[in-house]
Amino acid sequence: MQSPILKITGLHKSFGDNEVLKGIDLNVTKGQLVFMIGPSGSGKSTLLRCCNRLEEPSAGSILVDDEDITARGANLNRIRQNIGMVFQHFNLYRHMSVLDNVTLALRKVQKLPKDQAHARGLEALKRVGLLDKATAYPDQLSGGQQQRVGIARSLALRPKVVLFDEPTSALDPELVGDVLKVMRELKEDGMTMVVVSHEMGFARAAADHVVFMDAGQIVEQGPPSQIFGAPTHPRTQAFLARMSEHTA
Amino acid sequence: MDLKALVFSFFNLEIAWEYLPDILKGMVVTIELGIVVALTGLFVGMILAVLRALQIKTLNFFIICFADIMRALPPLVVIMMLFFAFPYIQISMSAFTATWLSLSLVLAAFVEEICWAGIVSVPKGQSEAARSTGLNWLQSMLYVVLPQAVRLTVAPLTNRVIAITKSTALGSVVGLSEVLNNSQSAMSNSGNATPLMLGAIGCLVIFIPVVLLGRWTETRFRWKQ
Repeated sequence: MQSPILKITGLHKSFGDNEVLKGIDLNVTKGQLVFMIGPSGSGKSTLLRCCNRLEEPSAGSILVDDEDITARGANLNRIRQNIGMVFQHFNLYRHMSVLDNVTLALRKVQKLPKDQAHARGLEALKRVGLLDKATAYPDQLSGGQQQRVGIARSLALRPKVVLFDEPTSALDPELVGDVLKVMRELKEDGMTMVVVSHEMGFARAAADHVVFMDAGQIVEQGPPSQIFGAPTHPRTQAFLARMSEHTA
Repeated sequence: MDLKALVFSFFNLEIAWEYLPDILKGMVVTIELGIVVALTGLFVGMILAVLRALQIKTLNFFIICFADIMRALPPLVVIMMLFFAFPYIQISMSAFTATWLSLSLVLAAFVEEICWAGIVSVPKGQSEAARSTGLNWLQSMLYVVLPQAVRLTVAPLTNRVIAITKSTALGSVVGLSEVLNNSQSAMSNSGNATPLMLGAIGCLVIFIPVVLLGRWTETRFRWKQ
């Protein structure tokens, strides 16, 4: 078996007295789509945010492609370019065109010449089907289009893994499909992805591995057929029952 | 109604012609002072706001003290302190320097507060997105947060700049030959109010473009929708 591209070991995170992550171990191999589900407040988003150190872990280690990103003196700004992040609220830069949003880090961090940055940016926009929106501004786009720009922004850096933090939760239901389609195409292209989301149907269809978290711990994990078909832990069963009540 | 007397005392062409050069010289001083005050105040104020965003406790304490004191003090007092009191501690300066320094500090205090409010009102997700793509703190500040903060604050910033450039007239208390001071002296010398009217026209000529420039920046900085 190949070594994991993302290896989380004994991860703890506390906010003051409140321990949000209580020892998480998780391996993600190259090309895998790992889906994290669980009730709100279970620590899914915090776990994701620790993976590019938007949150500072209290203990434990995270290795990305065998590089310890939690090590002291780790070059965060370099490491973060390997770890794409897609946000619930897109977080596009309102004052910049779509293409400038996508190429900002290429120009300012990777210091690519303008024409090269543009070429890479357009390539990323093409992948999410928004080549024609390159000169538009975020406020001129629908939510679904904005989120696809958000995905393109992380893809432009050619990351080794992309983290999705509830990418469709802020979208109108009819716009969710476009974003999921892009994510599915990424998966087919072999991109490694960790997704926190409540899109159970998508998880069932596209995920390689599903992780159920509750109260800061991984309660149960396995292939989607097992987690959705025959969950063994009572908390997983209760959660999935509640979720299906909503979608039914 | 004695229109003739009114014209003689307030709009006297002969006197206007005689004192025009003085008024024009005053206008030049006012314009120079206004520009350097606006530039210094905006620059220092923005730097202070950015430093405050670093969240260093002791530094922030001093920045907040500076901002609160300078916003509360009447600029007139600051000018007089610098010009009349500082020579006793071996720091002497010209009337121009004293006025420039005082007004710049006052403007900087207001600009710091306005910019800080702007920085705080940019959603946290913006800098998180920038940091997550590898930009460092300063880069995310420069390219992502500040440009949006400035957009949110153009209106209060331009208002403040207009107000402070108008207070350049306070320089007259330390004998600065700016437009209002020159027209007042001319008024006393000639025993006629015409130079004051000239000075008023001079102020309009200087400040109406500033107000228009403010309007233009406000529309310029609107979000593209």
